[in-house]
Amino acid sequence: MIALVLADAAADATAQNVFLTIFVFVIASLLGFELINKVPPTLHTPLMSGSNAISGITVVGAIICAESGESWFAQTLAFLAIVFAMINVVGGYMVTDRMLASFKKKEK
Amino acid sequence: MVYLYLLATFLFVFGIKKLTSVKTCQKGNRISEIAMLLAIVTTLVTFSNLSWGVIVAGLIVGGAIGAVIAKKTATTQMPEMVAALNGFGGFASALVAIAFMLIDETLKNPEKTLWDTGAVNAISTPLTILIGMVTLTGSFVAYFKLGGKKMAHPVKGANRHLLHAVIGAAILLLSWWQIATGSHAQMSIATVLIVILSSALGVFLVMPIGGADMPVVVSLLNSYSGVAGAAAGLVIGSPLLVVVGALVGTSGLILTQIMCKAMNRSLGNVLLGGMGEETVAKDAKDYKSIKSTTPEEVALLLDGASSVVIVPGYGLAVAQAQHVVRELGDLLIKRGCNVRYAIHPVAGRMPGHMNVLLAESDVPYDQLWEMDNINSDFKNTDVVIIVGANDVVNPAAREATGPIAGMPILDVDHARTVVVIKRSLAPGYAGIKNPLFDMDNCLMVFLDAKEALEGMVKEVKELAK
Repeated sequence: MIALVLADAAADATAQNVFLTIFVFVIASLLGFELINKVPPTLHTPLMSGSNAISGITVVGAIICAESGESWFAQTLAFLAIVFAMINVVGGYMVTDRMLASFKKKEK
Repeated sequence: MVYLYLLATFLFVFGIKKLTSVKTCQKGNRISEIAMLLAIVTTLVTFSNLSWGVIVAGLIVGGAIGAVIAKKTATTQMPEMVAALNGFGGFASALVAIAFMLIDETLKNPEKTLWDTGAVNAISTPLTILIGMVTLTGSFVAYFKLGGKKMAHPVKGANRHLLHAVIGAAILLLSWWQIATGSHAQMSIATVLIVILSSALGVFLVMPIGGADMPVVVSLLNSYSGVAGAAAGLVIGSPLLVVVGALVGTSGLILTQIMCKAMNRSLGNVLLGGMGEETVAKDAKDYKSIKSTTPEEVALLLDGASSVVIVPGYGLAVAQAQHVVRELGDLLIKRGCNVRYAIHPVAGRMPGHMNVLLAESDVPYDQLWEMDNINSDFKNTDVVIIVGANDVVNPAAREATGPIAGMPILDVDHARTVVVIKRSLAPGYAGIKNPLFDMDNCLMVFLDAKEALEGMVKEVKELAK
């Protein structure tokens, strides 16, 4: 929750407030440590591929870069960034789903 | 819009939290998918002046490729694919950093430097390119190594670290040039050179790392792809990317730490290539009293056993023997035998590899036992069957010195009889002799894992008649 409040603050401050942005990074990292502390080994792979899919969040950055009226080169780069991030997102989530489904069906 | 991003961030955190428990993991992944959708849709409706053709085409093409890859990959190829997807994520972040230089309003003025766009943005730009490209090329080297291709580092010994240090220093200097130069032509050249050198660094760093260390490398690269995303967030000033990237970065780091602990090695030791050299000890094949047996004889042994533990390793995945091993387990259970699977934390080529593989063939969750819980029970076990594992059951780990000294192992030698299914006496990735094979209670079956297990299944069925 702290990280969320800080993220809000950082959104208002944007890049001028260097300190706050880095602070957000640090707090989010600590939150990450807290969250993943005790994961059963069974879930190591799904957790890895699930968080791998999440790292495709950079697709948001890629979309922002695809401004109209920019040079063809800039647009090509943005296009490629979207494509690769989406491969990461869709591939990652689908594979994780597939794995988790095979965990699930045994419990019946 | 900020509030929708906040909601997405919250859902990501919530989703990861749910992913850490077996009961809620499926829901967790679903929540995280919704968060991603929310983040993308929010971005699409908030930002004006977007180039819709580029975006829609990109989303469709990328999504389709991702879906095909996910559908077509066999469970046994999972480690490779996770590595490859990771690489793509890192690459996307690097591309975002480069593309943002081209569209930055400040930089439209030919006299402005990258530094003029703000300190955080300026420093994060080369950093994102570096981490992103290292993640890309490192992941692909890992991909090929996991696929069984051998790769040797072109430089040997201490010179190797020197080479990496020189490349690192060069990237640092180029980054400074990229940030400080007032000429946009020079900025472009610096950027291209950073891309090339970072790519080379990724290749060189992963190349010397041995196959047994791959779980560490794969989870570390996973962490890098998160950090690359966070760095890209700093470049474009998006707290969403910073928070979510940092979460992925740390979760990957924790997995890496767990893997290192399971091998009793430090992260530095793995990365600098302690046993990654893939050397083979001189006496590695020097065995004195090997007792070889056949699947039929093992079946007889199993017939009289009341407690059996199966130890799977990477060889099980290679032979695709996960289904037949379950068949054997089920047969024995039907005869009233207590069957369990002992899973070493670094068995296989990625964290939790064996769990996924056995889950695919419907082995019930409660039959999978962690190392710490089953080790004290080996002395009450009649038969241990080792399928394609080697270093994780090597008693040499109990010695004070040696490449795997101190690594926690499965104490299989405490069982009454140990059956090792292995194609030859070739050493494992650590490249050392396994004294287990020489022990009095150890029997070797020199066959492919699938073939051997099928033989046992057939024979156990015969005996039941």
